[in-house]
Amino acid sequence: MAVTIAKEKWTSKVGEMVLGADSSVKAGGESTLPFLHFEGDVPNKVVLALEVWDLEPVDWPEILKAPFEGVLADPVAWAKKNVEYGADAVALRLMSAHPDFKDASPEDCAATAKAVAEAVNVPLIIIGCGVEEKDAEVLEKVGEALAGKNCLLGCATEKNYKTITATAMVNGHSVVASSPLDINLAKQLNILMTEMNLPTNRIAIDPLVGALGYGIEYAYSIMERARMGALMGDKMLAMPVICFVGQEAWKAKEAKSPDDESPEWGAQERRAILWEVLTTTTFAQAGGSIFVLRHPETVKQVKVHVDKMMESNAY
Amino acid sequence: MILIGERINGMFKDIREAIMNKDPEPVRYWAKRQYEKCATYLDVNTGPTVEKEDQPAIMEWLVKTAQEAAPLPCCIDSTNPDAIEAGLKVHQGKAMINSTTADQWKMDIYIPMAAKYNAAIIGLAMNEKGVPKSASDRIALAMEIVVNCDMNGVPMEDLYIDPLMLPCNVAQEHGVEVLETLRQIKTLADPAPRTTMGLSNASQRCTNRHLINRTFLIMSMANGLDSAIADVDDDELLDAVASANILLNKEIYCDSFLKTFRAR
Repeated sequence: MAVTIAKEKWTSKVGEMVLGADSSVKAGGESTLPFLHFEGDVPNKVVLALEVWDLEPVDWPEILKAPFEGVLADPVAWAKKNVEYGADAVALRLMSAHPDFKDASPEDCAATAKAVAEAVNVPLIIIGCGVEEKDAEVLEKVGEALAGKNCLLGCATEKNYKTITATAMVNGHSVVASSPLDINLAKQLNILMTEMNLPTNRIAIDPLVGALGYGIEYAYSIMERARMGALMGDKMLAMPVICFVGQEAWKAKEAKSPDDESPEWGAQERRAILWEVLTTTTFAQAGGSIFVLRHPETVKQVKVHVDKMMESNAY
Repeated sequence: MILIGERINGMFKDIREAIMNKDPEPVRYWAKRQYEKCATYLDVNTGPTVEKEDQPAIMEWLVKTAQEAAPLPCCIDSTNPDAIEAGLKVHQGKAMINSTTADQWKMDIYIPMAAKYNAAIIGLAMNEKGVPKSASDRIALAMEIVVNCDMNGVPMEDLYIDPLMLPCNVAQEHGVEVLETLRQIKTLADPAPRTTMGLSNASQRCTNRHLINRTFLIMSMANGLDSAIADVDDDELLDAVASANILLNKEIYCDSFLKTFRAR
């Protein structure tokens, strides 16, 4: 008896986000589950961004600092280096704005962002310092300074989404909407932002993922659920998902612990990079579209994986 | 939940007069209004006062007028096959035929018609002997319709079985049988046929009709009801359906769930 290929007939799809001054990078747009080319379209590859800090990171492990030797104190040079390493986008993290660090002014942050934007020809993702009130002030100024550059600004939360959404609308940017591993809150935040008339394809869902071994499965199931919702016609979940994998993976003990400390885990460099690679590829299977990474080797390895997954498996 | 707006029906005075005077305004009004109230289909029925030979032309006019006013498919509601076919001929998109019974001679007319026009079809779990009393007799008739659809190549997703609810004041014992029928219909095929119901039947000549309709709709949804011909102008009904969608995990919860349910 002949085998009939079971193909789901999805009724809707994920919105497509366009990034960059020349709209060169696209994310989302899928009308099927991740990489199931045989029952729908997967029009875009995942977007791999590398982080740049506007302040030299002090607690990064040596193996993470090594590829950026000489540029860690210079965001412009660092951003260029990321592009050389093959990043599709640069994620500038404005750590200096944090009150516990330099408490830099929104104007200073905007100047840095502008300098970075002028130095590279890939789209920018601009991330605040994580203090919600401060990020609202900072991103307002940064959004203005980068008007027309079509950046992705974040992270908007329930507390500060109004300012960030307004900035994005006026200056033509997209917004990262963060919610703590909760699909209900993610949906509600998307509703609140679209009620301010921000188009749905200018929001990226940040489910605040955990890394491998540290709660990856919670984020995995939430992302699957969001994708199914999007495909079944839930417009308030039909946004591409952004995952801050570098930030989480490099917090793991398995990534930070040097060779001599945990010999049973094998060489640090191999396991640390694998920690970031595996977290990324796992989330790619769950429906992640934009990945913010830290180590250039991760970008290289994930690209190989994704290129393979993007080969059509249509029957 | 697929809501079929019941309002464009010659049983209502304004529509009856619109048909008599060939005045498109009331039809347009209800097409638009039901669209805004998130109907998925517009039921269109000429009503009992139109002569049999006039029914096809009136149905054609109703379908055209309704579809010009709102971008919705119609649920073409008539006991006259000529009227249904006249509606199907001018219909844009995927129509629904309302309805066939489990009588073979009727199934032989309507089910091939559904296949020909790629329309969905409502199958009433009854025959010339009337509405069965028990769930098992309803299911036996539903199975006849399932088999006939399968033979004619009408997919199960396009078949909507109506287990036939009767007014709860005069036929009270039917309620639980209908609920049991809804549950068992889902075991008749894989994928399962869909289900629907003429909701307002449940409360005919009763007091508190809206409350009765709403309550029975929610009970039915819990037993597998996919669709209903209902008064979508009833906001409390819509709120209840939105809540049931959440409780049945058909839609992901958010604080604005009443609003997202109504969003097009």
